Amino acid sequence: MIALAFTTPWLLLGLIALPVLWLLLRAVPPAPIRRRFPGVALLLGLVDEDREADKTPWWLLVLRMAAVAAAIVAFAGPVLNPRQDAGGTGPVLVLVDGGWADARDWPRRVDRAVAEVEEAGRDGRTVAVVQLTEAVQPVVFQAAEAWAGRVAAMQPAPWAPSDLAALAGALPDGNFDSVWLSDGLSHPGASDLAAALQARGQLTVVSSPRPVLALRPPAFADGAVQVAVTRVPAGAPVTVDVAARGPDPSGIDRELARVSVDFAAGADRAEAALTLPPELRNRIKRFEILGQRSAGAVSLTDDSLKRRKIALIGGGADREGLQLLSPTHFLRQALEPVAELVEGGLADVLLANPDVIVLADVARLTQTETEGVLAWLEEGGLLLRFAGPRLAASDVSRIDEDPLMPVRLREGGREVGGAMSWGEPKALADFPPGSPFHGLVVPDDVTVSAQVLAQPDPDLSARTIAALADGTPLVTRKAVGHGQVVLVHVTANAEWSTLPLSGLFVQMLERLAVSTRVAAGDGSDLAGQTWVPQTLLDGYGVERDAGEVAGIAGDALAAAFASGPGQTVPPGLYAGTERQVALNAVGVETVLEPAAWPVGTVIEGLEGAREQALKGAFLAGALVLLTVDILAALWLSGKLAGLARAAVLVLGVFVTGEARAQEPDDTRANLATQAVVLAHVLTGDAQVDEAAEAGLRGLGDQLWLRTSVEPDQPLGVDIEADELAFYPFLYWPVTTSQPLPSPEAYASLNKYLRTGGMILFDTRDGDVAGAGGSTPEAQALQRLASGLDIPPLEPMPPDHVLSRTFYLLQDFPGRYTGRTLWVEAAPPDAEQIEGMPFRNLNDGVTPVIFGGNDWASAWAVDLDGMPVYPVGRGFAGEQQRELAYRFGINVVMHVLTGNYKSDQVHVPALLERLGQ
Amino acid sequence: MSVSADLRARAEALGQSLPALLAQAEHLAATVMLGEHGRRRAGLGDEFWQYRPAHPGDPVRMVDWRRSARSDSHYVREREWQAAQSVTLWVDGAKSMSFSGDKARGPKAERARLLGLALAVLLLRGGERVGMAETPRAGRTQLMRLARDLADTAADFGAPEVGGMVSHGRAVFVSDFLGDLAMVESALAYAADRGVRGVLMQVLDPAEEDFPFDGRTIFESMGGGMRYETQRAGDLRARYLARLAERKDRLAQLARAVGWQYGCFHTGSGAQPALLWAYRALEGGR
Repeated sequence: MIALAFTTPWLLLGLIALPVLWLLLRAVPPAPIRRRFPGVALLLGLVDEDREADKTPWWLLVLRMAAVAAAIVAFAGPVLNPRQDAGGTGPVLVLVDGGWADARDWPRRVDRAVAEVEEAGRDGRTVAVVQLTEAVQPVVFQAAEAWAGRVAAMQPAPWAPSDLAALAGALPDGNFDSVWLSDGLSHPGASDLAAALQARGQLTVVSSPRPVLALRPPAFADGAVQVAVTRVPAGAPVTVDVAARGPDPSGIDRELARVSVDFAAGADRAEAALTLPPELRNRIKRFEILGQRSAGAVSLTDDSLKRRKIALIGGGADREGLQLLSPTHFLRQALEPVAELVEGGLADVLLANPDVIVLADVARLTQTETEGVLAWLEEGGLLLRFAGPRLAASDVSRIDEDPLMPVRLREGGREVGGAMSWGEPKALADFPPGSPFHGLVVPDDVTVSAQVLAQPDPDLSARTIAALADGTPLVTRKAVGHGQVVLVHVTANAEWSTLPLSGLFVQMLERLAVSTRVAAGDGSDLAGQTWVPQTLLDGYGVERDAGEVAGIAGDALAAAFASGPGQTVPPGLYAGTERQVALNAVGVETVLEPAAWPVGTVIEGLEGAREQALKGAFLAGALVLLTVDILAALWLSGKLAGLARAAVLVLGVFVTGEARAQEPDDTRANLATQAVVLAHVLTGDAQVDEAAEAGLRGLGDQLWLRTSVEPDQPLGVDIEADELAFYPFLYWPVTTSQPLPSPEAYASLNKYLRTGGMILFDTRDGDVAGAGGSTPEAQALQRLASGLDIPPLEPMPPDHVLSRTFYLLQDFPGRYTGRTLWVEAAPPDAEQIEGMPFRNLNDGVTPVIFGGNDWASAWAVDLDGMPVYPVGRGFAGEQQRELAYRFGINVVMHVLTGNYKSDQVHVPALLERLGQ
Repeated sequence: MSVSADLRARAEALGQSLPALLAQAEHLAATVMLGEHGRRRAGLGDEFWQYRPAHPGDPVRMVDWRRSARSDSHYVREREWQAAQSVTLWVDGAKSMSFSGDKARGPKAERARLLGLALAVLLLRGGERVGMAETPRAGRTQLMRLARDLADTAADFGAPEVGGMVSHGRAVFVSDFLGDLAMVESALAYAADRGVRGVLMQVLDPAEEDFPFDGRTIFESMGGGMRYETQRAGDLRARYLARLAERKDRLAQLARAVGWQYGCFHTGSGAQPALLWAYRALEGGR
């Protein structure tokens, strides 16, 4: 229901004046523009095609009326959904649950709380606002203004309210009304608090009917990840999507998998199984219900989901029937439930990139295998080796420490307590602090009767992580790159010790992060360590780096696992010494029930229609209409064109820039490849570019007339953006104002030069430049060319092929004469052949020509074929222009025919040979 | 009193602009190198041209005895053929020439005067006689007189002045030719009667070629003498352009009929090609 009211309704009388305005506006048409224009003589006698009335068009009138009407309505002060007064006196207490279940519609809750506070303020009542997830504090009633800012700044906590009964005890004396913005869940002590509130005054509960969705921590069972979602209250059938997110191979966080969970009608719990390859599964960092912004809809994963890939490699072929004696039997038994096992040759399993490689009594590795394993170790692999008869019998790591062994070994090993030796089998010593096994209880029945012995090297003690009661190292390890090598000095079967038979074996494997624990869920194994938060969830389920937050004792964390997170132990990912555990807002056991309210409580929905002043909207509308009116009036009088041009120009800069970036300019490529096209480099100096284009046009005309080269219209080339490969020849007038090309442009220029293109650099300073070449243009050329891949140069020798590719030329004037030309230097072994007029010089085209005679100006013609720039004096000048054309033709011929003319010197010899 | 004061103010204003215009014209003319002025052939003139062996039939007085004494044969001294032409300039100074379609461009009159003066500089340097309203004269001082004669007129559109025309001379008309063509026709007929040939240079503003107007507009001639009102200027564009093309065509026809040359130039592009064209056109007619 929409209600509308006005604060000053009498202003609406102004609407009566609108028809008067209509008449006024209608009489005044837009004024014409007066222009002085000499061409008016040509216009006389022309008649307009359609004569419009000299009056304002009706739609412009409507526009203006609407603008004025909107303004009048705006000043009358329209208000949407005016609020009825609720009445009541005395203080008001506003309670907000503020837990994770509130996060899904937090802004609306805050709006509602603000509305309650404002309403109390309007009624002159004092207010107190309490967020129930915060620690209990005495309730103090204050003026509404004092609360408004604080309420707007409240944020939901990632845990649920827990200690409501305590607040019931902390309520102030005296009567007050209460408004409780509930998240719809039952919290411990809620009924006590509700009863206490009802005792003081009226209790209104505001609750959203939308169900609260919570994601239980997914667990691994039956080869798949089991995802469970709970909803409160249960209702109609619905499907929610749960996404698994984690870093992709390039480290970017993205959605890795998605599963749909279907709620049956009336069911409050739904499950789905997510089958994933282990590589993908191990990447998962968090699960979340899509479309739910709440910490309860997010479940962080810890090590319990990870399945490590372990390669098991036993020494030698297993003998049939002796399975219990197989070196890998106990390992397989211990690892199979918790890890992916990879079997096969070492070279094969390395390709699968396992997390752990277990070598049970393998002594020798080939050179390639050693290198492969070392590379894999550098990347962070864990190599776990077990001793055995073969290792003891080999001379691996005897004299020099093997790179794949943590220690040097003594020959032979030792046996204690066997049939052929004295002494008792040795027991294990307690694990020292600093060892990864520290804290594990050593059972009495674990004994060692044979082992390999480590050489007492200086770093032996540092590398020992477990020892026998007599101090002999039992487990040693060393770091290799990011990975490590661990050697257990006994066999992996029960031959040398009873260790593999005990539960300690499994725990040790777990501590070595070879295997992962089966999720305990109850946190019972957390005590005794300090857990440092890695990432913490906020109320919306967003992960934040925990920064320098202090660690939490294992007992507190275990308690939080049992009773749910709170202010002291917020949900997040905690790291211990060897593993990580995730504490989630909703645990496996967390009880979620709909809230129950005592009889007599007023329950409202969250959706209260808000009072909304429409004055601003109407004024803005009037302003928009008036702007449109201005544009329309401009358009009518023809003045819009200039504005539009400016706008188009501004837009055009963006649009063309983008269009250019989007698609390669095919039309240009087509244009450039239909025929030979002479091209010049655009320098940004309009005059120079114009001259260069006119020059190439003139040269093209002459080529067309005199040779079989029939070039198309010349093109300007932007070296930053255009593809150069289409043009055999670039004319580059050097200006001081041109910026240096970008590295990409240099790359494309060098590619162009290397693949047979030619650039004619023209400094256009032949009139002032002496031999030193220190004009500004020459300096600009030096800067420009320093980035180019240019071979050694020399002044053009008189017998260079350029002087005879089409015309025989001695000098190469342009608009100026003089300046020597620089071309690629002849090879040092070039010699004049007896009887030949020319040396056999470059076996190719010089990639660059440097000169300063301003050829383009000499070649330049306008569209009618008339020369644009004068050259020289009179007839001599025309002769000079002719020579300039001849030079240009020679250059183009040189580019297009390469060393053809050079090869002509061999023709007499070839003919002579043919004759014989 | 008021008339003379006004005249003096205008003259001073013009005098201030003249040195700049002259310098600009000299600058423009300097880009063209002279050299074809001597006819490069033997003829009547003052300059020495060449010695050539005397042929039978050469008058004895033509023999250069001093040169002949140095060798066994006789030589005749020839002089370079020189002929000075009279060129009459008319640069339109009417109000229509003061139009400029864009603040960045000068008015058409500026370009027309620049072209006229630069042409005069070139011609005078080549020894020709140049004049405007009065009889053409040679010499550098004539340039000052020409610059002085470049005056604005009060008319909306200009009509060619033919008073100073010399028979069998040359003439250059620089104008926008947007006024009544009958005046041009009669001027050309007058010139043709006297064997005068020359060049019509039409100088237009790009806005006149483009007609970039739209909307309800009242067009007035520069002097305000003509008025035309339209509701939608944009609709007129095609018809205006057709009329302009027709006029250019007519001018070219007129020029061809009397052996003149016609060229159209715009203030939006450089002055140099126009100057070069005019110089060559004058040369070619000789």
